[in-house]
Amino acid sequence: MSDAIVLTGRAVRLSRRNLDAVLTAMLLPVLLMFVFVYFFGGAIDTGTRTGYVTYVVPGVMLLCAGFGSASTAVTVTNDMAGGIIDRFRSLDVSGTALVAGHVAASVLRNAVATTIVFGVAFLIGFRPDAGPLDWLAVAGILLAFILAISWLSACFGLIARTPEAAGGFTFLMMFLPYPSSAFVPIDTMPDWLHGFAGHQPVTPVIAALRALLLDQPVGDSAWQALSWCGGILAVAVALSGVLFRRRTA
Amino acid sequence: MTRQPAIEANGLKKAYGAVTVLAGIDLSVARGSVFALLGPNGAGKTTTVRILSTLTPPDAGDARVAGYDVVRDRPRVRRAISLTGQYAAVDEMQTGEENLCMMGRLAGLGRAGARGRARELLERFGLTDAARRTAGTYSGGMRRRFDLAAGLVGRPEVIFLDEPTTGLDPRSRQAMWDVVRGLAHDGVTVFLTTQYLEEADQLADRVAVVDGGRVVAEGTSGELKRQVAGERLDLVLTDAAAFAETARRLGGRLVHSDADRLTLGVATDGDAARVRALLDEIDPDRRAVRRFAVRGATLDDVFLALTSHQEAAQKETADV
Ligand SMILES: Nc1ncnc2c1ncn2[C@@H]1O[C@H](COP(=O)(O)OP(=O)(O)OP(=O)(O)O)[C@@H](O)[C@H]1O
Ligand SMILES: [Mg+2]
Repeated sequence: MSDAIVLTGRAVRLSRRNLDAVLTAMLLPVLLMFVFVYFFGGAIDTGTRTGYVTYVVPGVMLLCAGFGSASTAVTVTNDMAGGIIDRFRSLDVSGTALVAGHVAASVLRNAVATTIVFGVAFLIGFRPDAGPLDWLAVAGILLAFILAISWLSACFGLIARTPEAAGGFTFLMMFLPYPSSAFVPIDTMPDWLHGFAGHQPVTPVIAALRALLLDQPVGDSAWQALSWCGGILAVAVALSGVLFRRRTA
Repeated sequence: MTRQPAIEANGLKKAYGAVTVLAGIDLSVARGSVFALLGPNGAGKTTTVRILSTLTPPDAGDARVAGYDVVRDRPRVRRAISLTGQYAAVDEMQTGEENLCMMGRLAGLGRAGARGRARELLERFGLTDAARRTAGTYSGGMRRRFDLAAGLVGRPEVIFLDEPTTGLDPRSRQAMWDVVRGLAHDGVTVFLTTQYLEEADQLADRVAVVDGGRVVAEGTSGELKRQVAGERLDLVLTDAAAFAETARRLGGRLVHSDADRLTLGVATDGDAARVRALLDEIDPDRRAVRRFAVRGATLDDVFLALTSHQEAAQKETADV
């Protein structure tokens, strides 16, 4: 446990010194938000009175969180490919502590990035109707999502041999929100996509965020979102332990 | 329990796929001594170190380090040792001080303790001025020293150094040697690998020569020199043809060969009758050898004599 705390401090320091990666993780969702709101927004009728900005922001938040968390794969691969892993192992640091350090740093990075993206959204007209409790719930769901995706991407980092390969996970996370209700309502998509789009993990997360921010009935979406995240996290934690042992055997 | 060896290995084997890297390594290293594992590229030095420092499990055989089994008591072994690998193992984007504090805390020191230990080590390795620079800006020599310092934060009783001076200039090498001697003086057991015979000669109480995954000789550097040959007979040949012909006649007995200077070296005990017989054998017409000299063997001769045989065998198999 104390190893994980020390390694979190390390991972945070390393992120601070690799600011361009952190900035990209922030800039890209902001740019995409501009694209959606100003280029596509006029053409998309989401059937809500609050305007497309408010409809799309939860999707952008998710994109931001997914994209930012996926960089964990790269930081983990860098460690595994370098000499430092031998030193850590000879200090009897466990794979879980190492991954936990990277994941914790990812959560902190993403907390900052998410706050900034919310700020920009406000500047361009995002006006949610959420009360303080709703905001707390939004933060909780985003946190769970970031945690789950970060740990999952750490698993990819343990599989990938090069940072470039690990970067492929970022790509996957950039696409997952599109076949969901993140940017356009699902019923505007072709029939064959409904099954996937309606049941993939991003969809309840989006639905819950949107309902909380617009002060609408949340229904089951919040619990579904949390179950998905909890399930992914549990699998990723177990998987990362196995992968680390296999990688270092 | 007393004076149990610091390191003991029996029949260590390791293969990667079809390639046998270690074919049965036996070692014993006394507590508080400096032990050198000497061998050419690809001999299996790094693999041996990785097994002894618990990073890689052996396929067969067993080893005890600081009294604990490297497979079954892995955590205990890890608490007793430190490893400074062949390639740098520090964070380039962290400063020297941050790196050492981190290692200290991972080794179980408290925050203040880790900081104190970091300062102490930076001072001892002449890196105080560079403490607040990121390690990526260090020169090769500084990095090597720093890497070693990083291994010492936890006050290990057994230290593994994999080629500690490869790529260092003579002065940095001397400085590194002084550090190793200092560690030995403090009673730490040092296990180092090297390709430099002089290094083993200078530092080690005992030397094991590995080649092709086997220990081909073991002893003090003096014993090894005597084991192969007390002395070396250097022959200066008259021309290139005589050089080639004599080299062919000597074959596996050659311990030295320098075509530019037309010089061949062969092991001898300096006995006049035997030297005379040898000269008669290789130069029956008394035309090929222009001059000869007998001199004390160096560890280089030992190394070549012990490892050249294997190399020749490998070449043969490679040619087929
Ligand atoms: N993980 C691995 N997978 C496959 N082959 C390996 C692996 N590790 C080492 N080898 C092979 O084992 C042999 C011995 O390697 P090792 O690194 O132990 O040699 P070494 O004595 O340290 O050499 P050097 O002086 O070049 O560092 C080499 O032929 C190497 O290619
Ligand atoms: Mg090596």
